[in-house]
Amino acid sequence: MRLTPKSATLLALVVLIALAPIFFPSGFYYRVGALIFVNALAVTGIVILTGWAGQISLGHAGFAGIGAYACALAPVHWGIHPALAVLLGAAISAVLAWLVGRPILRLKGYYLGVASLGMGILISMVLNNERELTRGPDGIDVADLGLRGLLKGAGLDLSNGQFWYFFCGLVLILGAWLALNLRDSATGRALRALHGSEVAAKTVGMDVTKLKLQAFVISAVYASISGSLLALQNKFITPDVAGFMHSVEMVTMAVLGGVSSVAGAIFGAAVLTLLPQVLTVFAEYEQLVLGAVMVLVMIFLREGVVPSIQRKIRGRGE
Amino acid sequence: MSELLQFLLSGVTVGAVYALVALGFTIIYNASDVVNFAQGEFVMLGGMITVMAYTAGAPLPLAALVAIVATAALGVAMNKLAIEPARGAPVVSLVIITIGVSIFIRGVAQLVFGKQIHTFPAFSGDDPLHILGATILPQSLWVIGGAVAVFVGLWAFFTRTLLGRAVLATSNNRLAAQLVGINTPFVMTLSFALSAGIGALAGVLVTPITMTSYDVGLAFALKGFAAAMLGGMGNPKGALVGGFLLGVLEGLTAGYISSQYKDAAAFIVILGVLFFLPQGLFGRKSTDRV
Amino acid sequence: MTLLSIEGLGISFGGLKAVNDVSFTVKPGEIVSVIGPNGAGKTTLFNMISGVYQPGSGKVVLNGEDVTAMSPHLLARRGMCRTFQNLQVFQSMTVLENTIAGYHLQESGHVLSDLLNLPSSRRRARQAEAGARELLKRVGLERAAEREAGSLSYGSLKRLEIARAMALKPKVLLLDEPAAGCNAVETEEIDHLIAEIAASGVAILLVEHDMKMVMRISNHIVVLDHGEKIAEGDPASVSRNPAVIAAYLGAENAAG
Repeated sequence: MRLTPKSATLLALVVLIALAPIFFPSGFYYRVGALIFVNALAVTGIVILTGWAGQISLGHAGFAGIGAYACALAPVHWGIHPALAVLLGAAISAVLAWLVGRPILRLKGYYLGVASLGMGILISMVLNNERELTRGPDGIDVADLGLRGLLKGAGLDLSNGQFWYFFCGLVLILGAWLALNLRDSATGRALRALHGSEVAAKTVGMDVTKLKLQAFVISAVYASISGSLLALQNKFITPDVAGFMHSVEMVTMAVLGGVSSVAGAIFGAAVLTLLPQVLTVFAEYEQLVLGAVMVLVMIFLREGVVPSIQRKIRGRGE
Repeated sequence: MSELLQFLLSGVTVGAVYALVALGFTIIYNASDVVNFAQGEFVMLGGMITVMAYTAGAPLPLAALVAIVATAALGVAMNKLAIEPARGAPVVSLVIITIGVSIFIRGVAQLVFGKQIHTFPAFSGDDPLHILGATILPQSLWVIGGAVAVFVGLWAFFTRTLLGRAVLATSNNRLAAQLVGINTPFVMTLSFALSAGIGALAGVLVTPITMTSYDVGLAFALKGFAAAMLGGMGNPKGALVGGFLLGVLEGLTAGYISSQYKDAAAFIVILGVLFFLPQGLFGRKSTDRV
Repeated sequence: MTLLSIEGLGISFGGLKAVNDVSFTVKPGEIVSVIGPNGAGKTTLFNMISGVYQPGSGKVVLNGEDVTAMSPHLLARRGMCRTFQNLQVFQSMTVLENTIAGYHLQESGHVLSDLLNLPSSRRRARQAEAGARELLKRVGLERAAEREAGSLSYGSLKRLEIARAMALKPKVLLLDEPAAGCNAVETEEIDHLIAEIAASGVAILLVEHDMKMVMRISNHIVVLDHGEKIAEGDPASVSRNPAVIAAYLGAENAAG
């Protein structure tokens, strides 16, 4: 049975996620793993938007913030179940992405980057300032998803770390599968076409604005669900989830791993999530290292780490 | 009435800074089509390096000069090390690079200067002046005067001197400029140096009022950018008008709506401009040649 | 029975009238060539017809419908497609993928089913691929199908653009200097290809500098100079027209 690149990536992902816990020295690593998966999910959205549709978003963390705070606030104020809150957050993010993207994506150039930057900062500002609602910079508690309890009742007793590790891993596999389907489909091809030559894409009948908008909305949903998962697993969230630095981290992870590769997204997320864990002094140097990584990768390894390695292995041409 | 005047005056003061930052964006954008997100860090460095030199014992004017020259040099270094190696890369890559540089500078500043707030004395003292029932700091006059002086000086430079006109020609058509013998790499270097120096000057002028710390650069960059977009990216006149307009808007927002959300004014401006007037007040719509 | 009608089209760039009041028609199966000295406004005219530029004045009427200033993707839906003088190929995609891109209108519009990889999505993809391979055979590129487009020769890329355009099953095909930069062999191949396409009923509007080719394959020629139409007619009469000769010789004199 010949493995398509898509199947190979997904299979590798499943195997890695399933087997990695064997090597965990302690339960703490489940939490790190879950965090990597959450970040990788958001970055997969960035791959769709930036790698395939060629648009940059500098405020994508705003959508993560919406997803996160939907889970924090909706169960408390509207009494809906946290699982539904995840969907609510995703829906709000999708609508917002559509509203912001529609007028902006008609324009050429870096305008979406700027608009998204403004949007992200406004969201972050509101989350920080509206203390009665969000508790401001101190953060807010988030209700339990309840799934772990359900499983326990059914006989499957997982620790909190284990549950979230496998749950986020599952969501990531689903997200990767959808993204890879998209890539190999007509829509995915159209996105790559418009990235290559917008004029030619229009000439063959592609509604370039609509395609970009679809990519933006889909990537917003990815970021929103990522934010929701973050809030639910920590049972706590602060406005930093929507902050500019978080947006920058997402872009850096994508750029490092390979901005047009789903496997790259996962790699980039893994590296930049692990780094602060491995170097405890990293916190001081985080901005410096992030900035340097962005610049160096863009200059020397423009496609990102994973595609560059893939190219080396395959050699020139097929 | 005097309340309104107060808000306007503080708005004009901060607007002058935004105008200078916007001008920095404009110069580099005209020279290279790159939007330099590190522009705000130049402002921060202007203030910070002045503080360092001043506390090391240098007289204030010298400290300021050192800061401006050092930052200009840093701008040149940025061009050489980060922008030039990526010539011909798509816009997305260049945007990521300038953001990366700005974050890098911020990270270094955090290590070198720490996280605390720094400042140095105002140029002509702290006694506020009274105008029509409103107060204004003497330093504000320095800021506004400085901005106007820079604009007038640059206008003279670009229209009256040979070198200035060479810079304009390069921004208009790089290849043609090269063909008539203009040293385009030098023009790029000059643009970055000018832009960084202007940013640093803005930082020097405004630090006695707003104080400075390692992370003030981002806000300046975003607001200067909003001002440049409002005026029309690439248009110096637009940078001036956009900057003052944005500053006044911010001042009025702080006064009449909420001081917590005054920063939101800039971002609402960005979104508003993009939604309704993408080319800004003075910009031109461009067509692509196919 | 006119398929495409250009009526009084004109545009100015900053005070310079690049194209001024140009009119002509194209019928199904007809090959109309637009010629003229350099700078005559041929590509500008093309860009106006194909929706890349917005005309300052005049109309473009396709199949009786006023399509002036419509965006290229809307024109594509109405059966108008074009190729590009300076090649707008999707460089990082394979030759096959480039051609399949031409099937977009038939394949697409179903983001959700694409995300979920539903059978309908896969079926459409298979049909598009089969059709694309047929087209590549027709333009003689079937062996290059899996190669990265950026690795092909100039002449091959010109044929690729034509294959991609044909995937749309256009009623009108605009070819912008299809033989430019091609050697004699490649020019002849393109020549045959164009004639074959026209024979199948497609109306062809051509901008070209290669006079031999133009005279050989055109049914009708429109001559532009300084943005205005100075002559039109069949190849024989145009080649004898004194105004046309003067325009070309005049251009040579000025250059010499």
